[in-house]
Amino acid sequence: MAVMNKKGKKSVGAISTSSLPDVIFMILFFFMVTTTMREQELFVRFRLPEATEVQKLEKKSLASYIYIGPPTAQMAAKFGTAPRIQLNDSYHQAFEIGEFIASEKDKLNEADRVAMTVVLKADNMTRMGIITEVKQELRKANALKISYAASKSLGY
Amino acid sequence: MAKREVQEINAGSMADIAFLLLIFFLVATTMNVDTGLQRVLPPFSDQTQNQEVEVKKRNLLLVFVNKFDDIQVAGERMDITQVKDKAKEFILNAANSPDLPEKVDTEIDLIGSYPVSQGVISLQNDRGTSYNKYIMVQNELTRAFNEVRNEVSLQKFGRSFAELDEKEREAITKAVPLKISEAEPKNIGGK
Repeated sequence: MAVMNKKGKKSVGAISTSSLPDVIFMILFFFMVTTTMREQELFVRFRLPEATEVQKLEKKSLASYIYIGPPTAQMAAKFGTAPRIQLNDSYHQAFEIGEFIASEKDKLNEADRVAMTVVLKADNMTRMGIITEVKQELRKANALKISYAASKSLGY
Repeated sequence: MAKREVQEINAGSMADIAFLLLIFFLVATTMNVDTGLQRVLPPFSDQTQNQEVEVKKRNLLLVFVNKFDDIQVAGERMDITQVKDKAKEFILNAANSPDLPEKVDTEIDLIGSYPVSQGVISLQNDRGTSYNKYIMVQNELTRAFNEVRNEVSLQKFGRSFAELDEKEREAITKAVPLKISEAEPKNIGGK
């Protein structure tokens, strides 16, 4: 050793970075797998109402979404501008909600069914008529936990 | 030039590429949190008309939003800014007034005996009410309950409701239950 030191600086070999890509790829795959690209195409436009007392939705996997609002610009030519209900990826009538809820419940396992939450994403200009109809259908379908989607605001 | 050794491919930039992909995914994934006002609907029953649970008049605060988005609380017309205070007064009934809800002493874990208000806020709307206003009113009512819970929590535990742990929160929730009834739809004043 002493001899070596005398000889001068021993160059420290460059740290091998060959495993760095593997590490990074691992992180990458983790992100790719965990991010659910639930990109449901929206056929209705909505601006959520604002509220101050909003709560976070706890379990997203237990949430089913119902969108209510006027058809988007491309669909407006065909469907007009009256508010529509979107379930999955098409327009539906209020009475079809029962079926929708049943299929959503089927996707969950037995224990989680009670905790299923229906998130109502409705445009703030909608009239309550259509929303009341939806609520009635939800009651009939026994999906009683609902969440009126609203964005957080600081109040008036 | 007969035999050239195949050089090792430089893998140094591989990490950069992977990083690039990683950053793309990090940026592209929207972690949007769904927020909203959570409610529990009453179970459906066919004979809705006769099924109305009898509630003493003093225990009921009627909030009605008509199709012009006017708000009426307990018979008087109100601005949205007044709703919360009215609701709070109703929930608390601090003076034990005979016109405001009665209280029943209930044994609750951690708190002990607490006079739980029997009041129910009934929110009614017209078919023509705008969703925006409806949510605003819902929000105000929720705010009233949250403020009352906060007050009770400060009084009992010396901390705000948000700082309580699970059990204490449950106790407070029992002491001040969120009783907002979203009544059967009514169509008052025609279409």
